[in-house]
Amino acid sequence: MSTLIVNEETYPLPEDPRTTLLDFLHQHLSMFGAKKGCDHGQCGACTVLLDGERINACLVFAFQLEGKSVTTIEGIAKKTNDSDAKLHPLQKAFVERDAFQCGYCTSGQICSGVALLGELAAKNPSAVTCSADYSQKEDISERMSGNLCRCGAYPNIVDAIEDVIALEPQ
Amino acid sequence: MNPFSLQHIKHTQDINGLSTEDGAKYIAGGTNLIDLMKLQVETPSQLVNLSQWEDEQSITENDDYFRIGAMVTNTALANYAYHQPSLSLLSQALLSGATVQLRNRATTGGNLLQRTRCYYFYDTTKACNKRQPGSGCAALTSMNRIHAILGTSDDCIATHPSDMAVAMMALDAQVSLTSKTGEVRNIPLRDFYCVPSTTPHIENVLKDDEVITAVIIPKQRHGTQYYRKVRDRSSYAFALVSVGAGLVLKNDTIEKLTLSFGGVGTKPWYPASAIRVLTGATFSEEVLDLAIDAELADAKVYGSNNFKPDLLRNTFKSVMHSLYEHQRENGDHEGALYEN
Ligand SMILES: Cc1cc2nc3c(=O)[nH]c(=O)nc-3n(C[C@H](O)[C@H](O)[C@H](O)COP(=O)(O)OP(=O)(O)OC[C@H]3O[C@@H](n4cnc5c(N)ncnc54)[C@H](O)[C@@H]3O)c2cc1C
Ligand code: SF4
Ligand code: FES
Ligand code: FES
Repeated sequence: MSTLIVNEETYPLPEDPRTTLLDFLHQHLSMFGAKKGCDHGQCGACTVLLDGERINACLVFAFQLEGKSVTTIEGIAKKTNDSDAKLHPLQKAFVERDAFQCGYCTSGQICSGVALLGELAAKNPSAVTCSADYSQKEDISERMSGNLCRCGAYPNIVDAIEDVIALEPQ
Repeated sequence: MNPFSLQHIKHTQDINGLSTEDGAKYIAGGTNLIDLMKLQVETPSQLVNLSQWEDEQSITENDDYFRIGAMVTNTALANYAYHQPSLSLLSQALLSGATVQLRNRATTGGNLLQRTRCYYFYDTTKACNKRQPGSGCAALTSMNRIHAILGTSDDCIATHPSDMAVAMMALDAQVSLTSKTGEVRNIPLRDFYCVPSTTPHIENVLKDDEVITAVIIPKQRHGTQYYRKVRDRSSYAFALVSVGAGLVLKNDTIEKLTLSFGGVGTKPWYPASAIRVLTGATFSEEVLDLAIDAELADAKVYGSNNFKPDLLRNTFKSVMHSLYEHQRENGDHEGALYEN
């Protein structure tokens, strides 16, 4: 049977091939953490991780991910034995920095930020790290530019990400 | 979204055994096709899923060329090209496109075949010859700020949106195509796209029974390279004008010029006239003007895009000056010039 792994649990693929990953999460798994903003790849609210890389869940059909592993915001917090969820350092930093206002885009921002930490560790270039006068804030903004936030919590989001980078030197 | 049936390929030879319907489409990353399917701009009755296509997910190289499999993602290619001085222009172009999320899914084959971002092509309530041949072109007399000035026709003025293709055009890339019968043909990217003329729905020379298998880029010296993209916001937007260029200078003579333009043409634009004027010429302000004049001789503006010839001229000249200064100070430099 064709399956897809979401937050470490295996699920059968939906019967209707028109089902996007985002609709699969919402309508089949009742996981509403990833948000539907634009539904066209233009806002980043639906960002999830696919084998550790960030993608837009609204522009991929579930069948395209057969056998792959997806992590949503619900799976970012590591489950401990007593089934208490332990927050990811970036989630804690978001709380400490008040890096959200209405909160709608926050799950996408956090998923994106978690992947960004991995990309920095892997030394992936960005349009800004090509720059002669590299500045970390500017680079974080560029790397996070796939996530739009209508209430403009950007400065706090960038601060929260910087806090975590400082915690775990890349 | 209309219902569709599904087929899968794992290996290139599997396309041979496919029983595809007339309205079948390949789906690679899906970042463009799914978008268009949601809007009913594309209504394929069948999709051929390339996600499991193992043969073409990697980049290989030999002494003469780089070969990029059709399913290599934009992220993987940007990371690779970043470490190759002779391909640094390609890395810059890719990193300037879309967002990390999209680049992680977007593929080399899909990026070359992405459709235009013309607003009226996207809006099924508007006339569009590309979407529905013979229905007219709403863009000609409406908002055409993002539209083309080169290679246009009375039937369509849409730009090709890819940044990657602009860089590959400058780097003299070839597209490798495989047919259902296993026939392979390599087409220079410069001959791959069609101008709209009276048939804007025909965008390239790919035949119905062919799939893009790879892009081949010859190993050549391109000197100091630069991809400069001018757009309405500093990230996450398509180019209004872009210039991809590489310059090899000898004393003050332009020994080799690698050049292409984005955002101004109905296809990624190869400026043959400008290159002809400049190659072998002594670098000067005057010769730059002569070159861009020659290229713009056939340019047409449509109202809201009247600013594009000037923007192209200024962007081109500014890029050329930056490359010239860098080559003068750093003799045999090979690699990217990064924006400050
Ligand atoms: C919000 C947004 C912003 C963007 N910004 C930019 C930008 O600034 N610059 C830029 O260049 N691009 C940009 N893009 C476009 C993006 O780069 C393309 O959507 C992507 O490259 C398409 O690749 P894909 O693999 O997802 O293609 P798909 O959507 O899977 O396919 C696109 C087309 O190619 C065909 N196809 C795919 N692979 C093959 C093959 N091997 N052989 C034959 N046919 C094939 C499909 O049938 C389809 O017609 C943006 C996209 C979005 C949504
Ligand atoms: S410019 Fe081309 S794509 Fe846009 S409406 Fe006219 S015909 Fe359609
Ligand atoms: S909902 Fe997916 S990017 Fe906006
Ligand atoms: S927190 Fe409200 S849109 Fe981002």
